[in-house]
Amino acid sequence: MDLYQQNILDYYRHPRCNQKITEANYSAEVSNPLCGDRIEIYLQTSGDKIKQAVWQGEGCVLSLAAADMLAEYLQNKSLTAIDTIDKDWIIKTLGVNPSPSRLKCALLPLEALKKSLANN
Amino acid sequence: MKYQLGKTLKEEFPIFIHHRDLVFLDNAASCQKPKVVLEAMDKLYRTSYANVHRGVYSISEAATNMYEESRVMVAKFINAKTEAEVIFTRNATEALNVAAFSVAELLQPGDEVLLTQLEHHASLVPWQMAAKKHQLKLNFIPVNSEGRLELENIDKIITPRTKVLAITAMSNVTGTVTELDVLIPKAKAAGAIVIIDAAQAVQHLPLDVQALGCDLLAFSGHKIFGPSGVGVLWGKLDLLQKLEPFEYGGNMISEVSYATASFAEPPAKFEAGTPPIAEVIGLGAAIKFVQEIGSEAILEYENDLTAYGLEQLKKVPGLRLIGPADQHLRGPVFAFVMEGVHPHDIASILDGGHCAMPLHKRFGIPATTRASFTIYNSEEDVGALVAGLNKARQLLVM
Ligand SMILES: Cc1ncc(COP(=O)(O)O)c(C=O)c1O
Repeated sequence: MDLYQQNILDYYRHPRCNQKITEANYSAEVSNPLCGDRIEIYLQTSGDKIKQAVWQGEGCVLSLAAADMLAEYLQNKSLTAIDTIDKDWIIKTLGVNPSPSRLKCALLPLEALKKSLANN
Repeated sequence: MKYQLGKTLKEEFPIFIHHRDLVFLDNAASCQKPKVVLEAMDKLYRTSYANVHRGVYSISEAATNMYEESRVMVAKFINAKTEAEVIFTRNATEALNVAAFSVAELLQPGDEVLLTQLEHHASLVPWQMAAKKHQLKLNFIPVNSEGRLELENIDKIITPRTKVLAITAMSNVTGTVTELDVLIPKAKAAGAIVIIDAAQAVQHLPLDVQALGCDLLAFSGHKIFGPSGVGVLWGKLDLLQKLEPFEYGGNMISEVSYATASFAEPPAKFEAGTPPIAEVIGLGAAIKFVQEIGSEAILEYENDLTAYGLEQLKKVPGLRLIGPADQHLRGPVFAFVMEGVHPHDIASILDGGHCAMPLHKRFGIPATTRASFTIYNSEEDVGALVAGLNKARQLLVM
């Protein structure tokens, strides 16, 4: 399957949530030293509510598009919504099913997100 | 010539019949197998398979003959003085481990081992471990920004304290061909043992161990169109006689009691246990195939292909090639980065166009993409690569 679908390229070219915030109460960074991918996730919350979710980093189209889709989805969600996000959610949201080696890239942002909660 | 190089040669490789549009550009990792290799292994299993060096029964003798014929062919291929100098291992990595750990036993604490910054992990890491065990000092010949060895101060680097030079003949990343003709005589004059990692070179360059003047040389069968699971360690006979065995067990002993054992002469001394019988025989067929083409013909064809590849890749906007600019100083291995395009995306987009290529880590750049060519590749495959790269640019560079 062609991974480079229009919606994925759109998130890659025009990310909505690619920035850094200083008031984050949750944050984490994960990287894959083998391919040089690195994703940082920042959440600013108020009570249980995510007021802002953003990311920064570098990587391939899949990891960056997945980071942006994930952050966009999290705006105004409750923290517990994160529990429902898994591998299948990422695949469904991307709309493509990458090969195992590329799926690792797509799951990097989710790994960062889960780590940010554990870090807190 | 029996075989014509380039696209026509693909007819000899069943995988290209199965995948008609496959452009295989990962030959530095492993290359495809000609049908003569598959047939040789198949024939063994179907007609004469048995363990070697054991039975007096006829099929074991037949298998042993085929196995030993491969040894003779390898010996001729690299111009060894005698086939007793040819040891079959699992791969180049095992051969380099045997070389490092057995040679290290001859060294004293404080002795220096000289490597290069181009070494593959298989050449580097065994020496790191041997250095720890025997308190050796590791030195490195530096690499310049072009991926070539920096030889300006070589006479200060190779000294009488240098007891070993362990060096690759061709880099798996930059394709750099190292200056063995300069370095081996200097190392030998200093009294060092010279170990050559020929894992990449064996596919591309003529190898003559006597002309090189080295002491040990290693390569893998799977990078010279043979099967995986077999490698070669060649060593000068008198050195092999001095070295301790690396593994112990059957086939490598001459006499055993419950208390002690004495060891067989090389090569059996270094071939403990049942060897990869069919793989050795497949390697023999691969070497025959390469000899029928001729190492000089391969070199000439690949020099032209390398020059063409360099010229075409230079035209791709935003592409930075790693390694020497002159085709005579390198093999047809191209590592590169493309501004604004992650190597994962390059590999995936090219795979969509049936170009098979991996990522690679090197030179402080997190990841590079590597396209490596061999005798069945052609200018058409360079074209497929360039088209894929341009497609990646169009898709992803804003
Ligand atoms: C230069 C070099 N040395 C050693 C090796 C190790 O070969 P193998 O993995 O077959 O043992 C390779 C393979 O990638 C290589 O390119």
